[in-house]
Amino acid sequence: MGFAGRAEEENVSLQFILTVTLNGLTLASLYFIVASGFSLIFGLMRTVNMAHGSLYMVGAYVGFAVYDPLYASDVWASHAWLIGIAAGILAAALVGLFMQVALLGWMQGQELRQALVTIGLSIIIADQLLALFGGNPFRFFTPELLFGPTELPVIGRYPIFRLFQVVLAVAVGIGLWLLLNKTKLGIVVRAGVDDRQMLAACGVNVPLVAATVFALGAGLAGLGGVIGATAQPMALGVDARFLLMSLVVVIVGGMGSIGGTALGALLIGLAEQWGQVLFPTYSVILTFVIMATVLAVWPQGLLGRKPT
Amino acid sequence: MLISRRNTVAWAMGTVAAMFAVTGALAQDGPIRIGSITTLEGPFATGGQDAYRAMEMAFEAIDYTIGGRQIEWIRESSNATPDVALARARKLIEQDEVDIIIGPLSGAEGIALRDYSRTLEGKTIVNGSSGAADTTLRDPSPNFFRFNTEGTQWMAGLGTYAYEEMGSRHVALVAADYAFPYAQVFGFMHEYCELGGAVTKLWSPLNTTDFSSIIAQFPSDVDAVVLIQGGTDALAFLTQYAEVGGDLPIIGGSITADQTLLSARGPHQSLMEGMVAAGPIADLNEDPNWQDFVARYRERWGSEGFDSPSIHAVNYYTNTIAVIQALEEVGGDLSDNQAAFQAALAAAEFTAPTGANVALDHNRQAISDIFLTRIVNDGGTMRTEAFGRTPNVSQTLGMDQDAFMALGSPSRDNPDCPPAR
Repeated sequence: MGFAGRAEEENVSLQFILTVTLNGLTLASLYFIVASGFSLIFGLMRTVNMAHGSLYMVGAYVGFAVYDPLYASDVWASHAWLIGIAAGILAAALVGLFMQVALLGWMQGQELRQALVTIGLSIIIADQLLALFGGNPFRFFTPELLFGPTELPVIGRYPIFRLFQVVLAVAVGIGLWLLLNKTKLGIVVRAGVDDRQMLAACGVNVPLVAATVFALGAGLAGLGGVIGATAQPMALGVDARFLLMSLVVVIVGGMGSIGGTALGALLIGLAEQWGQVLFPTYSVILTFVIMATVLAVWPQGLLGRKPT
Repeated sequence: MLISRRNTVAWAMGTVAAMFAVTGALAQDGPIRIGSITTLEGPFATGGQDAYRAMEMAFEAIDYTIGGRQIEWIRESSNATPDVALARARKLIEQDEVDIIIGPLSGAEGIALRDYSRTLEGKTIVNGSSGAADTTLRDPSPNFFRFNTEGTQWMAGLGTYAYEEMGSRHVALVAADYAFPYAQVFGFMHEYCELGGAVTKLWSPLNTTDFSSIIAQFPSDVDAVVLIQGGTDALAFLTQYAEVGGDLPIIGGSITADQTLLSARGPHQSLMEGMVAAGPIADLNEDPNWQDFVARYRERWGSEGFDSPSIHAVNYYTNTIAVIQALEEVGGDLSDNQAAFQAALAAAEFTAPTGANVALDHNRQAISDIFLTRIVNDGGTMRTEAFGRTPNVSQTLGMDQDAFMALGSPSRDNPDCPPAR
């Protein structure tokens, strides 16, 4: 093991431990942004969406298609990244809206059917992206303001963009919590989760609410796509990775709980980074060990509601 | 007509024999069927596409005819996994009844097809671009030929350059955790450790996108980074290393400086310029053979192809022209279980498009030249430039085969030269 030989040596200093932990935290932030959208759709609305990773990819690809020519022009270069984010969110939200309205809405509650339809969609979307944009990987350039390292106490130089990811994730988390707990829409959504028919009988347009929530969840995937493609290179195939990650995060954290999603993302992000350091060859398995353990001990997830 | 029973039998047998003779002769005059396998799916899809561009050029140059016989080319695709490559090879042999297979592209696929070739009689498999050492080094197959060099050979000269010219004494080695990088790491460390250098190895799974915790593990006294990664992994590492303000010189593997990295814009470019590496090709190479090949490639493919032919294009081309030359030498004669053809292949000696001389060793593995390369900014475009050349690198790196085998198979832990404490 690469690490064991050095375990007693210089590397296991406080600085090293903090750096890897912060890496885990910043990775978890990206995971949280993507998985929170999945949590809204799957956890709250109980719509099985196996195309969540595709929405992530749609956000990144469309965002990049808008961003790239702007970045090359002199006038818009400084705003290109923000416009790219907006385009990514919008594109993913529109695709999500279409999925909910045209396909998934009328098969509410038929989980197997929804799973198959969305798996089919994810294959179609991946092939369309390949046909439209080709197979070359790409990435967004971190905007000037967020590029480069900054000095942190103990840790030393650390990339600003990764810290920005944490800030953004916290903002998304607070925003979602406020939306669900402090607004009328939030009340309606939570009521819809408990009893859809009764809510419809009260005169609420349930399909409209469902479409809005789906678009919001998809938009978050799109936001994650652009952020993710700024932090890491984007290429075909990441859809499966992010779908799997979202599933694991939501299952570990507990269905439909924003706090649970945050906790799940944190666990998985830290596990990935520490796994890479401690046992690089088998680090991939660690995530699934955590999921299996959580499911065995707390079948409803760490912060999930007990079934009533 | 009065024909006895015995006569009838004899007549029937004679007819059958005559029919066999006729079909036998027909097969000798009919088209030569060449099948090929590359990766048009999966992570190396763009490289696979380029491989077929090069093959097409090689066949077009002879107008798909050898010794008056037509060449029928049947293309197949794999996704870089050995089981798929094997299934496609079976399909080519059993359904399409090809005589020769050219392929595959990726390391593990090569080993699978090498094993498959052993079960075939009167068929030949010639490698495409796969570069695992063991395909020809350990347990070679009599009808598997490889005219391209492999991962260990490709690093020839780099360890020495790092130690002697760059003055490096301790490197952090960041490599993907599978067979091909093991071979590359072996090639680098074979020279570097011998000279007295120390290596801190950091392995990452293939398709790692977040290298920040690997970067955090760099010992404080390393003086260079050896990056044995390809495609998006290399891009991710360099960008993240630039983002933490890393400034150590980078030494690359043979597939590190590929088009993915060279054509992508971004902060990694400042680290990349001047990156040295070693491998079988360089974009900028003054050899007239290479100049001619690049000119023909650009003329044939224009904007459809890459800016400069990829490593896979060159490897597939080299293997294809070996097949064509051997077929020409025997006049397209594939009779007698391809004995004459295989003998011609084994004895082949020619010049690859890079200008390197190619000959085979007793395991049917190429001995050829390896270039030292450096990334330069060629008028706004990043390109690799040859600045050194190690001639006739053998698979055992010039060592006696037994002594080389005694070093053991390349792996995560072999070789090893950790820094002294």
